[in-house]
Amino acid sequence: MNILVCISNVPDTTSKINFKENNTAFDTQGVQFIINPNDEFGLTRAIWLQQKLGAKVTVVTVGDLSCEPILKKCLAIGADKAIRIDVKPQDGLQVASCLASICKKTEYDLVITGRESIDYNGGMVGGILAAQLKIPYLANCIQLELEGSNINLQREIDGGKENLTASLPIVIGAQKGLVEEKDLIIPNMRGIMQARQKPLEIVAPETTICYSLVQNFEKPEEKGPVKLVDAEDIDGLIDLLENEAKVL
Amino acid sequence: MAVIVFIESQEGVIKKAGLEVASYGRSIADAQGLKLIGVGFNIKDPLVLELYGLDQLCNIDTQEDSFFDVERYSSSIAKIVEKENASIVVISASADARYLGPILSVKVDAAYVSNVVELPSQYGPLKVKRSCFTNKAFNETQSEKKCTLISLSSNSFGLKEKSGTMKVTSETYSDSQSSLKVSSLDKITDKVSIADADIVVSGGRGLKGPENWHLIEDLAEVLGAATACSKPVSDMGWRSHSEHVGQTGKPVASNLYIAIGVSGAIQHLAGINSSKIKVVINNDPEAPFFKAADYGIVGDAFEVIPKLIEKLKARNL
Ligand SMILES: Cc1cc2nc3c(=O)[nH]c(=O)nc-3n(C[C@H](O)[C@H](O)[C@H](O)COP(=O)(O)OP(=O)(O)OC[C@H]3O[C@@H](n4cnc5c(N)ncnc54)[C@H](O)[C@@H]3O)c2cc1C
Repeated sequence: MNILVCISNVPDTTSKINFKENNTAFDTQGVQFIINPNDEFGLTRAIWLQQKLGAKVTVVTVGDLSCEPILKKCLAIGADKAIRIDVKPQDGLQVASCLASICKKTEYDLVITGRESIDYNGGMVGGILAAQLKIPYLANCIQLELEGSNINLQREIDGGKENLTASLPIVIGAQKGLVEEKDLIIPNMRGIMQARQKPLEIVAPETTICYSLVQNFEKPEEKGPVKLVDAEDIDGLIDLLENEAKVL
Repeated sequence: MAVIVFIESQEGVIKKAGLEVASYGRSIADAQGLKLIGVGFNIKDPLVLELYGLDQLCNIDTQEDSFFDVERYSSSIAKIVEKENASIVVISASADARYLGPILSVKVDAAYVSNVVELPSQYGPLKVKRSCFTNKAFNETQSEKKCTLISLSSNSFGLKEKSGTMKVTSETYSDSQSSLKVSSLDKITDKVSIADADIVVSGGRGLKGPENWHLIEDLAEVLGAATACSKPVSDMGWRSHSEHVGQTGKPVASNLYIAIGVSGAIQHLAGINSSKIKVVINNDPEAPFFKAADYGIVGDAFEVIPKLIEKLKARNL
């Protein structure tokens, strides 16, 4: 079984977001980069399938040299091989198209993307990739159990869960629930040493087409100060919510 | 040419998100002098859409299949987009719509832009403002394609009435060759979901333990609100994961967000920031949430919440 896990290199969740070049580019100065949290849940689930079924796990990212540390971390966590598609992508369509070209070269039974990345929040790479490959996609995937080439899945929906079945190959959008926070694998010394021997392949992009372009960024307006209400004055709070904010 | 909007419904009843995309689509159609066509599935009460400016509703009967089948839904909508030569397609930000969007965009070869928070600032090429970095910033994105598919952030445009006359047509439900099939639903029916709620009441570690959650639930009940929680609360198993909100949980874009015993960590705030009004109740005046909130009470949740519930109940009478 071949599994491809698509990894996005994103700013650490505590990062202060700033822009440069007249607000046309994200300022990476002082920013730590991490594996996109949704992707990490997916990677962990893939490693379990590797341990249980001997699946081969390949990680891939679309990005420049600055993305290699997170790929090395994925190898230390347990992935067998890493691929970096060497282009700084402009939009989600371009990322998906680059990934599709990888999937056309090697057959993957299961392709895992994150539900969305926490930088551009497009939530589109998995769906576009699957549609381009003409295979099914399951978004917001919170459960995945294999039975031969059949697969039982769960999707988180607004106000509940949906149970589904499919056969491989499939693309899923991973999120918490697929595995839990406590299941995430922290690389140990052995993993880090082994990672050095594992292949990290760099390939040129087959396409640079994009469908949308970010023109500029802006930060939200500064908020005014909070209006404090005395803990004894509950009527005062209700009055403000009802008559000033008009939300009751 | 036309503007097409995906009208979502539940058990045949149109959802608020459906009315919001209709309102938004109407404004675009007016600016562009185009017809506004809605596509819905199994809608029982189409007339209300006339109040929100739809010129036409294509109502698709899915027969005995009542589940959301993303392949069949997207193919059905794609057929209408092509037939009408639509230049703009609008969907909501619900879990189903965000699932459908990317797949539909491939079928109609459109540029897909999600988390859109305003009307386009320019047409030809189309330019829209969207949120990014989980609400820590916005960007202006330009579409490079003839057709653009917009996923509109919930509550960002609101409902705007504009009545006219609407015709209702029925269209066929497309087939699918996909192996992916829904087998059943586990729906929490008696509760309003975070995505659909106007008000969300959220509890953090400050509530000390799951045994105290009746305070959050009772408050939510008098307000008709959904319940939510911070990440550690769901990680410790006090509450289900489906209630975890924030950067790595569900996004919240309600009209009112009440945070109780939540410190206001940057990851929590990122996910809930697009809520219109934020209220914090916390016994630590230094808690970072006070910097992000509109209204706040410095006080003990265990004293403040019962009083708040009591007062709200009296007000409802
Ligand atoms: C990668 C990553 C992603 C994350 N994603 C998320 C996310 O999506 N969502 C999220 O929520 N967190 C997220 N976090 C965690 C986040 O950093 C915080 O740890 C978390 O939000 C804190 O939860 P809390 O406010 O419930 O608990 P605490 O920080 O412990 O705060 C509890 C608060 O309750 C108050 N309190 C205590 N007793 C009372 C009382 N009797 N009455 C009133 N107030 C009281 C305290 O003053 C305190 O402010 C993430 C962290 C990381 C590293």
